Amino acid sequence: MQPIDAAAVQEALNRLANRDVYIHLETTNGAYAAHHNEGFFSAGAFIRNARIRFTRGKITGLGPYRIGLKLDIGWVYAEGLTHWEWTKEEQLLLAGHDYEGKLAVALELSGKPFA
Amino acid sequence: MNERHVLVVFPHPDDEAFGVSGTIAQHAQSGTPVTYACLTLGEMGRNMGVPPFANRETLPFIRRHELEEACRVLGIHDLRLLGYRDKTIEFEDEEELADRIATIVAETNPSLVITFYPGYSVHPDHDACGEAVIRALKRWPKEQRPTVYCVAFAKNCEQELGQPDIIRDVSSVIDTKLAAIRAHRSQTEGLMQAAAKRGDALAWLKTERFWTYRWDD
Repeated sequence: MQPIDAAAVQEALNRLANRDVYIHLETTNGAYAAHHNEGFFSAGAFIRNARIRFTRGKITGLGPYRIGLKLDIGWVYAEGLTHWEWTKEEQLLLAGHDYEGKLAVALELSGKPFA
Repeated sequence: MNERHVLVVFPHPDDEAFGVSGTIAQHAQSGTPVTYACLTLGEMGRNMGVPPFANRETLPFIRRHELEEACRVLGIHDLRLLGYRDKTIEFEDEEELADRIATIVAETNPSLVITFYPGYSVHPDHDACGEAVIRALKRWPKEQRPTVYCVAFAKNCEQELGQPDIIRDVSSVIDTKLAAIRAHRSQTEGLMQAAAKRGDALAWLKTERFWTYRWDD
């Protein structure tokens, strides 16, 4: 993955708008967060291969970045995004990595279901 | 004592690396066949590197390759990838999961099974994996069940389970163990660097500790 180029990500979002796409959205602080630090409140969520259609997708911020996808009757949102990649399978992969290179958030969109 | 067959069941590639790979190498080197059933490909691992060497979609391929290399190093010739997804084991149907494991037990007829101690292994996948193994083995009469060595590392494990009853010195295979740990590079490189800085890596890795599972039926 490469550090996010906001203009290029915006172009990719535009390409994926107004059509059915599959989404992977994830936040995580790791399964061991509360083991290593007992005062830590561990929380996270993930969804994979839900099918959505957004009318507008927008990247904002100066880095780490935020992305919002406006659906007909709802929203998708992610923050803390640092890296991106457009794959040869035409998937838009975005992730937020912390200072040690550990994934904290992932937002991925694909015209075909993820494997 | 030479085992007839050792069956290792863990949910993630690399779960065997730090705490079990020396024991595996010793059994393999003494001629005991070892089967490793790995439930997932660790798809949800967080370590992506600076700069990133992987993304969410490539990580499973990298970890599969690492696992195969670790098995080659350790002398495991029978690797079973069960195809579950990282972080979802506890949500699977318990009986179906136990069916999959019982099938492998019936086929390989192990005298020793190594897995996580249910309830004392921190990660939900670890606990669910250990539970599934115990559930599967309970289908056999008690006297026919293999011995089960469990790995546990929850904060309360020594308080509730007592001291581990199996302490194995694996210094005879420490080079093999280190090579297996290095094979899981995407997961272990950072930990090994931190341990090297502390200077206590070797002492820690030369001993492996297990709790023999105590049947409750």
